[in-house]
Amino acid sequence: MPERLLLTGNHAAAYGAMLARSEVISAYPITPQTMIVELLSELTASGRLDAKFITVESEHSAMAACVGASAAGARAYTATSGQGLALMHEMLHWAVGARLPIVLTNVSRAMAPGWSIWSDQSDILSQRDVGWMMLFAESVQEAQDFIIWMYRVAEQVFLPGMVGMDAFILSHTAEPLIVHDQEAVDEYLPPFEPLYDLDPAQPRAYGGLVNRDHYFELRYKIYENMERAGQLLIDAGEEFGDVLGHKYTPLEGFMLDDAEYVLVSAGAMTSNVRQAVRDLREKGIKAGLLRVIAFRPFPVKQIRRILGGRKKVAVLDRNMSAGHSGIFAEEVRSALHGQSDAPPIYGYVVGIGGRDVRVETAHEVMDDLLERDEPEMALFVGVKGLPIGPLRADYEIRPLEPLEVVR
Amino acid sequence: MIELRIHGRGGQGAVVASKTLAQAAFLAGRYVQSYPDYGVERRGAPVVAFARIAEPGDDLFVRQDIREPHHLLVLDATLLDSGNPIAGLRTGGWVVVNTPDPPEALGIVPRFRVATINASEIASRHGLGSAAQPVVNTAILGAFVRATGIVSLDDLLTAIDHEVPVKAEENRLAAAEAYEQVLLEVSV
Repeated sequence: MPERLLLTGNHAAAYGAMLARSEVISAYPITPQTMIVELLSELTASGRLDAKFITVESEHSAMAACVGASAAGARAYTATSGQGLALMHEMLHWAVGARLPIVLTNVSRAMAPGWSIWSDQSDILSQRDVGWMMLFAESVQEAQDFIIWMYRVAEQVFLPGMVGMDAFILSHTAEPLIVHDQEAVDEYLPPFEPLYDLDPAQPRAYGGLVNRDHYFELRYKIYENMERAGQLLIDAGEEFGDVLGHKYTPLEGFMLDDAEYVLVSAGAMTSNVRQAVRDLREKGIKAGLLRVIAFRPFPVKQIRRILGGRKKVAVLDRNMSAGHSGIFAEEVRSALHGQSDAPPIYGYVVGIGGRDVRVETAHEVMDDLLERDEPEMALFVGVKGLPIGPLRADYEIRPLEPLEVVR
Repeated sequence: MIELRIHGRGGQGAVVASKTLAQAAFLAGRYVQSYPDYGVERRGAPVVAFARIAEPGDDLFVRQDIREPHHLLVLDATLLDSGNPIAGLRTGGWVVVNTPDPPEALGIVPRFRVATINASEIASRHGLGSAAQPVVNTAILGAFVRATGIVSLDDLLTAIDHEVPVKAEENRLAAAEAYEQVLLEVSV
């Protein structure tokens, strides 16, 4: 029988890795992820989880160990955060190129300096283009379940995947959690079947030199399988509902049917945006929420269909790409490009470095959205001493003609 | 929905108190959240922890800081003189303080209700923590549960079994004793 327990997001992630029967776990502790590693270490030491726990001297090595384990045919798991994920960056590429379905949990934390342990999506979004699938959890339950959902898809497309959860808001908050029955998870997630075994009797070289005549095709296959993962996430999310009792989807709508104004959000702050949408509906404002769960693969076609024809769309980003925009806003704009009924996309940057994103914050965003005529790339919400608005620049960028170069 | 804030010092068990109280309400079928406000974690430094308890049958929750709690627990009375632990407390809210003094002696404004318990003495007598630094969380929870009636003493005692890693029996006795001994003042 599934158990209902009161657990933190970190412990939920450890339970997710255990229920998925991870066989090799290698991780380096970092606040606010440490509790995941501690619990997995205890679970393997006590024998409750039959896995090899490899302690390492850095996150780079943690991912290297997962790469080796996965290449040898083991289901591999790690967890990290912030600077740790950044240090892992090179090996994240390796896991993709070697087509290894490793799963990691990233407890999203602001990047240093200034030194911060608080919630911010900048760490995980800095890994946008490495070729990992990415899911964003909103609850402690999802911090557990998304690991299992991710393995189910990763092992079909031979691509790795990461699950993002917010520092402290989920990682250190205890909430009711359904810990699934192991037999049911086993039914949902069969053992990992690698394409090739590392077998000393049949020596092969892996990760060797690929010349100009093959590399492009290898990358094309990665792109192709990431596209396939879009449908597989939908299928596996439905199957999750059949077997484990809760259906998951790459996108989630709330009061979207007749919504004229749509707020787009991801991660734990979405709970507060949803409450704001309830309030707005009571006031008669046709507001709706679109929650992005899958960031890679990005559900472009569904987003085009869902957002087409709306009056205005506000994207809330707990991250920013300096010199451009919030990153979710940029992805949504890009998805809608060229669509005749595309709504204007207003980018709002909120909650950087763990600043509280409240129900009131979503209300402030909606008030601004209703009033503002022209969309902006990045509207900053809650910078001390400033009203909501674009960058307050005291300089002007002059219109510039393209430079004609005669060679 | 009821929101709570717990003030303590590192080593007194404020974070476990938050989780234990949430567990007690969870055991009673309520939807709950419990979280600490992590800053600099060291023995003796001020620590704050929070809990949310939904109304029965409700599971709609926000995920934001608690700024206007309904009730407060203060594990160390000296915290009343440093900073402003009562900030944001809603009118009529309980302030449950670990102190040998009676509620009237604390000088807390009359729009709040005050309860006091000598949790340090109870905890020391049951061998919880050291004489110099008793772990007072379970004792003050007993007092809090009596004052507010948010959860039953039975559910609190079961929650202590779930959440308190050592000396479960001693902790249960401390909670039950504080439940009986708490001094309640209604000053609204």
